[in-house]
Amino acid sequence: METGKLSEQNGPYFGQFGGRFVPESLIAALDELEQTYTQAKNDPSFQAELDELNAKYVGRPSIITEVPKFAALAGNVRVFLKREDLNHTGSHKINNVIGQALITKRMGKTRVIAETGAGQHGVATATAAALFGLECVVYMGEVDTQRQALNVARMKLLGAEVIPVTTGSRTLKDAINEALRDWVTNVADTHYLLGTVAGPHPFPTMVRDFHSVIGKEARQQMLTEYGFLPTVAAACVGGGSNAIGLFHAFLDDEVKLWGFEAAGEGVETGKHAATLNKGTVGVLHGAKSYMLQDEDGQTMESHSISAGLDYPGVGPEHSWLKDIERAEYFPITDDEAMQALKLLAETEGIIAAIETAHALAGVIKYGKSLPAGASILINLSGRGDKDMETVGKYFGFLGAGNE
Amino acid sequence: MSKTTDAIKAAQSRHENVLVGYFPAGFPTVKDSIEACVAMCESGVDVLELGVPYSDPVMDGLVIQQATEKALSNGFKLKDLQEVIAGITSKVDTPILVMSYWNPVIRYGVQEFAKTIKEAGAVGLITPDLIPDEAADWLQISEELNLDRVFLATPSSSQERLDSAVDSSKGFVYGVSTMGITGTREDLDVQARAVVSGVKSHNSSVPVCVGIGISTAEQVSEVNSYADGAIVGSAFIKAYNSGGINELVRSVKNMKAGAQS
Repeated sequence: METGKLSEQNGPYFGQFGGRFVPESLIAALDELEQTYTQAKNDPSFQAELDELNAKYVGRPSIITEVPKFAALAGNVRVFLKREDLNHTGSHKINNVIGQALITKRMGKTRVIAETGAGQHGVATATAAALFGLECVVYMGEVDTQRQALNVARMKLLGAEVIPVTTGSRTLKDAINEALRDWVTNVADTHYLLGTVAGPHPFPTMVRDFHSVIGKEARQQMLTEYGFLPTVAAACVGGGSNAIGLFHAFLDDEVKLWGFEAAGEGVETGKHAATLNKGTVGVLHGAKSYMLQDEDGQTMESHSISAGLDYPGVGPEHSWLKDIERAEYFPITDDEAMQALKLLAETEGIIAAIETAHALAGVIKYGKSLPAGASILINLSGRGDKDMETVGKYFGFLGAGNE
Repeated sequence: MSKTTDAIKAAQSRHENVLVGYFPAGFPTVKDSIEACVAMCESGVDVLELGVPYSDPVMDGLVIQQATEKALSNGFKLKDLQEVIAGITSKVDTPILVMSYWNPVIRYGVQEFAKTIKEAGAVGLITPDLIPDEAADWLQISEELNLDRVFLATPSSSQERLDSAVDSSKGFVYGVSTMGITGTREDLDVQARAVVSGVKSHNSSVPVCVGIGISTAEQVSEVNSYADGAIVGSAFIKAYNSGGINELVRSVKNMKAGAQS
């Protein structure tokens, strides 16, 4: 029941959203996962092992950086960045991966599979697999293997097998389909290390919990280092894992929550991934949530310059937070994101991932609506190294010197 | 009573193999799929499983994925489903079960979808990604409209979940032969027998048909020796792809005849 604290909703449903819309073949594996996770959550030795890995391997806690010159672009506000880009492997994705790898070991499984869009989750999974000695297969849409070629090389270097997916739209959605097919077939020895807060229960809850360290740390850091909570917590939203990781600690505070979705070429063009703004309720990849679909319930192709946000679905908890009006979600176009990425680099010397840049652009766009003296905490979910080819082409930095 | 169950029992009383045949609506076109399905029914399929093409078919292997993608790229829409069902039932009286992933059904509206397929002449629905736990509205609507509903029972299902699949199903229970997705396999898993006996131990009056990976006449006979029917899909699409209706008919007749001793 939806009584008590918003932060205590643990699935399988968030309001009408969530559930388990998957073939019966997977139910036993989901039950086993839920049981193992519940036991681990209540086992102090599990939390201790996770804390140790976070401290000595991931590099937690990640710091908070105040960025006054960037803030000047967003009105009369202060802006703080939660630096998940400084984690090992370069984004927040590692938080969830380390947690699930420990769960995989607890279940006695020896093989992990994962889907990846931008490649960050694939790289993080390949990293954890190398660390824990697990066999690792990553499914990646063929389109994404091309636009994120550097991450493919990283995964291979880490010992993972990368399988380009050539069905459907050849992007993240189809990589998830292929991973689900692998899982249905190999569920006895394989854990599906899902990379976002979507999918059937218990994934949305478990993945959120592993990322909730972001908000827990940030909330404490704001109080300890600055003596106040931010007016707004802001993050980009694709599947929604970095956003929920930041939001969760603030759900029961008087802190506004802003999520920024990929509007691609513009929501009016049809070429976007603005699921919460333009989607309708349906079932995709095992959960009921908002999604982009046509009148027949066929999933529509999403579009975004950022591979990590190029997904026609979104985690069920975000759909719930939208419907109960606890969080607000706004669309940000490709160009707005790219300009914001450049502005943060120029003003503060920090190169963000294109995904993350959607949150930066959102803050520039909507920060001006806040009263003077307001503060905004942005989850700087990833660094932009992987995007240099896209960025270089976009701004004409590549090739000019050679001609 | 269920027309599906009747058809299965009728074939059994004639001492024939029971054959459930899958074919996607709209593949490669609406008109072709009607023709192919009618031919399958006339050549020995006892129950027709009519697939609804869907953009994200996670239970299906490459053969069916490519067929349903083709149907969609050739313009198949849900509104065409009625025409396909009616086109088949106007020629043959084989019971038709529609096989659909759940999202197209809820997008259309569960009640509207159920009414539409019933009016067109189908007898029920097979739901590969809907478990009884999530099916409250469909259980109620199918009861009201007297439609069959087929849930899956798998090798990884606990006895409790097998019981739930049996109690929720009407027409037959879909016994998943092996852990995996659709597609032809040479060796049928021994796990299929365990699924069938698990289902039968709870309630022996609901038929259980076995599918996933059945590709030869020998397998059809083997499955019929311990279950109430064999479900064949990818093998028929392969036959159709290689030689059109003629090859499809040959394959159906061959499967129906089973192992020739």
